[in-house]
Amino acid sequence: MSLHFIQEPLDKAAPHVVPTQAVTLNVNGEDHTIQIAPWTSLLDALREYLDLTGTKKGCDHGQCGACTVLVDGKRINSCLALATVYQGKKIETIEGLGAEDNLSPLQQAFVDHDAFQCGYCTPGQICSAQGLINEGRCKTEDEVREHMSGNLCRCGAYTNILSAVMEVLHDGQVVVDNGTLVTIPAQPTQSSSVN
Amino acid sequence: MNSFTLTQATAADEAVRDYAGHEHAAYLGGGTNLVDLMKYNLERPSHLTSLGLLPLTDITSLPDGGLRLGALATNADTAWHPEVEKRYPLLSQTILAGATPQLRNAATNGGNLNQRTRCYYFYDLAAPCNKREPGTGCSALTGPNRVCGVLGTSESCIATNPSDMCVALAALEATVRVQGPNGERTIKFDDYHRLPGDHPEKDNTLEPGELVTAIDLPAEGYADHFTYLKLRDRSSYAFALVSVAVGLKMNGNTIEKARFALGGVAHKPWRDQEAEKMLEGQTASPDLFRKVAAKVFAEAKGYGEGSLHNSFKIELGKRAIVRALKQATEMKYEVNPNVFLNSNP
Repeated sequence: MSLHFIQEPLDKAAPHVVPTQAVTLNVNGEDHTIQIAPWTSLLDALREYLDLTGTKKGCDHGQCGACTVLVDGKRINSCLALATVYQGKKIETIEGLGAEDNLSPLQQAFVDHDAFQCGYCTPGQICSAQGLINEGRCKTEDEVREHMSGNLCRCGAYTNILSAVMEVLHDGQVVVDNGTLVTIPAQPTQSSSVN
Repeated sequence: MNSFTLTQATAADEAVRDYAGHEHAAYLGGGTNLVDLMKYNLERPSHLTSLGLLPLTDITSLPDGGLRLGALATNADTAWHPEVEKRYPLLSQTILAGATPQLRNAATNGGNLNQRTRCYYFYDLAAPCNKREPGTGCSALTGPNRVCGVLGTSESCIATNPSDMCVALAALEATVRVQGPNGERTIKFDDYHRLPGDHPEKDNTLEPGELVTAIDLPAEGYADHFTYLKLRDRSSYAFALVSVAVGLKMNGNTIEKARFALGGVAHKPWRDQEAEKMLEGQTASPDLFRKVAAKVFAEAKGYGEGSLHNSFKIELGKRAIVRALKQATEMKYEVNPNVFLNSNP
C-alpha cells in the first residue's frame, strides 16, 4: 500500500459536492435508511444520523473501545468501520441490549457492582463484555481481563467491571483457582452517589 | 480525512479492475489500519475498493495437507478456526497475542500483512520520515527509537513491521497468493516483506494493484513443539519490543527441524536460516540456544543507549530466543504467556 499526497483544490470557492448515497443499516432489529458520505464511520452514522448516542466517541482511533458495538454478534470498534460497507449486517448497540425498565443481565450487573464512575466507557464495556460472552472463550478472571483489554476506563473502575462481567459470565458463579465454579453470595449493592 | 469514492467489489477480478480504473485507489479490508491512517491524513486515497463482499473468507484444507487462509477471513476467525487451533497452534497463539478482540474481529488476514509501521515519526506529520515522505530523512536514527529495529536497518529507515501474525507466518514458511492486473502469482513469505534499503516507502513486494487473495500454510504446523514469546511494555494490547515464533520437530531431546522468526526487530519478520540449521540434528541445550541467539544478532546495530533508544533490544532479543527455544522444546512456560488460549499446553 503506498502513500498518496493529493493537493487540495486551489480554488476553494469551487462548489464541493459531497457524494452521498442511501445506505440501509439494520440496527437493533430495525432497518434505517440514511443518506451518508462514503467516509461516514459507523459510529457517526449511529450517533449523528440515527440519534443512537449511547455508543460513545472516545479516541476515534480504535484504541479505547468506547465505540464498541456488536456486528452479527461480534464486537468491533465502530469508529474504524465505514458505515457504507455494513449494509446487510445485524448491528447491535447498547440501546438494543436492554431498556431502562428491562436491563440486560450485564447492564444490571454493572449497576449492582458499581462498575463505573463517569460512565463514558460503560456502553462500550458492556457491548464488549456481551461480545466476550458470545465468543464463549473465557472462564477465568485473567482470561476476562485479557479479553477486555480493548476497553479502557479512565476512571479505573476495572475491578468492579471485572466482577460484573464474571457474575454474568458464570450466571452468578465465579471460578476459583482449581477451576471449579463456586456460587458467591450476593454482594450488598454499593451506593453510586457522587462524592 | 480527505474525500473519496467507494466501490464494493464482489469478486477478486472485479476488485482488481476497479482499483486499476481509479487514480490513487486503495483496497479496503477490515479498515482497522487504513481508516485509522486516513484519519491521521497519512493515507489519502481518492478511491476505495472495498473487499468486504469478496468470497475470500473461507479456511480450507489443501490437497498437500496444508491449509488455505482466505485473505478476507478475520484474524479472530482464523485464530479460533478448529483446524488452525489443532494443526497450527503457533499461528493461533500469535494472532491472539496481538491487538484487541474488537480489532481482531474486523481485521483481515490480507490486511494484517499490509498494515504499516507504528514508528513514532511515521505518524508524526511534522517530523521528517523517509517512509512517509521519501527524501525527507529519518528522525528515528537519532531521536527516541525504543520501538525501532536493530537488524537489516538502513540509514534511510529503522522502522519495524508491527505484525505478530506475520512472525508466525514467516516461521511456518507460508506462501502468499496474490492477484493483479497481470494475473495471479504466489510469493514466498520471506520475500513478501522487504528491508528498507533506499526505498523504505515500500513495505512489501506487491506490484501496483495487486491484491492478496489467500495465505497458504504448508502441511507441517509444529503442533507438538512451538511457542510465541512476545515481550512488550505492558502485558496486553501493546506492540512487541521483541517477539519470537518457534516451531520445532523433536525426536526425544534432538531437534530434527527448526524454524523461527523474530518480530519487533526489523522492517520484516526476521528469519535467519543459518541459525535454524545450527539447531537441526543437535541436542537441545541452553548452550546451543545461546550460540544460535548470538549468531542471529551478530550483525545487529543499536541506535543509542538507555530506555528511549533501542540498543537494549540486542541483549533482549538474544535472551528471548534462548527462552523461546527452551519453551518450545520443553512445552513448559516460565511465565504463562497465554491467558488467551484455551488449547494451552
